[in-house]
Amino acid sequence: MFESVLVANRGEIARRIIRTVRRMGLRAVAVYSEADADLPYVREADDAVLLGPADPRQSYLDAAKVLEAARASGAQAVHPGYGFLSERAGFARDVVAAGLTWIGPSPEAIERMGDKINARNLMEQAGVPVASGTRTPVTDAQQAVAAAAEIGYPVMVKTAGGGGGIGMGVARDEKGLVKAFEAAARAAARSGGDPAILLERYIERARHVEVQILGLADGRVVAVGERDCSVQRRHQKVVEESPSPGITEDLRERMLKAAVRAGEAVGYRGAGTVECLVDAEKQDFVFLEMNTRLQVEHPVTELVTGIDLVEAQLRIAAGEPVGPILEPRGHAVEFRVYAEDPKRFLPGPGKIDVWEEPAGEGVRVDSGYAAGNMVTPFYDPLLAKLCVYGETRAEALDRARRAIAGFTVTGPKNNLPFCAELLDRPEFAGGDYDTGLVSRMR
Amino acid sequence: MAEIRAEMVANVWKIIAAEGDTVEEGDTIVILESMKMEIPVLAEDPGVVAQIKVAEGDVVQEGDLIALLDD
Repeated sequence: MFESVLVANRGEIARRIIRTVRRMGLRAVAVYSEADADLPYVREADDAVLLGPADPRQSYLDAAKVLEAARASGAQAVHPGYGFLSERAGFARDVVAAGLTWIGPSPEAIERMGDKINARNLMEQAGVPVASGTRTPVTDAQQAVAAAAEIGYPVMVKTAGGGGGIGMGVARDEKGLVKAFEAAARAAARSGGDPAILLERYIERARHVEVQILGLADGRVVAVGERDCSVQRRHQKVVEESPSPGITEDLRERMLKAAVRAGEAVGYRGAGTVECLVDAEKQDFVFLEMNTRLQVEHPVTELVTGIDLVEAQLRIAAGEPVGPILEPRGHAVEFRVYAEDPKRFLPGPGKIDVWEEPAGEGVRVDSGYAAGNMVTPFYDPLLAKLCVYGETRAEALDRARRAIAGFTVTGPKNNLPFCAELLDRPEFAGGDYDTGLVSRMR
Repeated sequence: MAEIRAEMVANVWKIIAAEGDTVEEGDTIVILESMKMEIPVLAEDPGVVAQIKVAEGDVVQEGDLIALLDD
């Protein structure tokens, strides 16, 4: 096993990874931008290297600077977290070329799965069901209109390289499509990533259910249960839970098997997530995309399985076996606490005056901030993940109600009032909801 | 003269309208970016863009003046 790990990320996920790295007796190296110098993760690492200015292109997205930080700090391995450089195959290659251990799948697997168009074609060949859509990149609005005429409206427009809902939009007619296409193109340009755009048939009243997989050091691929991520605003997840309350045991089995096939098709190693759309009425699913990295909502799986997924990633990267993988038990729910107003979900950065986290049985908080910190507009709005566990879903939701009431954040705007409202919504409380739930509430 | 101000702390991502442009209600003047989200700043009434007070790449605070519109 390597002795030190550079965490090429920020905020809550950097802090969460650093926690496991240090628990395993390894040295944790943080990197940070000028805007993040005071965040808890920088303090909690054994060593921290300043990358540059707040603009992510000059700090967290600057691969050369991150590699230089690894060299300067003597780190032997690089954990990319999620977002930023985590799904850039070129970065993974550079890490390996520098003689460091890359904590993630091979650059080839990232390449084949990271591009959503490639991934969908590949999955179709592997016998995994996919939604009808474009098989080659759509390069201009006219092409998009022609493709949509073939697929049929409504269509979903996405960037091939994008993640986290950025640049995604539903179009119900030609006019909407041109708008959605332009928005996606702008989003792709803003992220500095792959400019390719794809179109897919949009499924109304679908659930978003994903399967956590682990490609083990011995080459086997195993599925570690599913997460239901149907509570979304602007195609970004707000609440995730496991098990999914919306799928039968038979569908669950089929999805887990398909996810393993997806991983096997690319010789997957490490932690990955196979995202699917589920038609709850028909109890059927299609492959959506694969995320070749640790997922934001991974704690939900950790709570029901007892696995530390970051530890599993480190062990697999070091060629070691991971502990026994147990069947999930109980129920876990994660609420993403965002710095945004709870009505319109618009960003609300600001200085944190009071930060009081809840605690107690079955409550876990993964946070990136503390009182006195500044929440800046440069990065995503995730402040913390409030996670609850219970023997049953009802118990988990009860604990969530108490935990949300006991979470105090003042200064930036935050969506805790929305989370409380959601718990009172019969549709959510009953478990029979779909990705349209949040828009029906607003 | 109508003032268009920033609703939140954000980066100026793109300037869409130019000084002297005639805009309709709902036309985009600039696009702000905050927390990875695009926030278009719209003309609330028709008019002519008299002045754009920000440049691409600027950071604006809540309440900062973005543009002036002649009605």
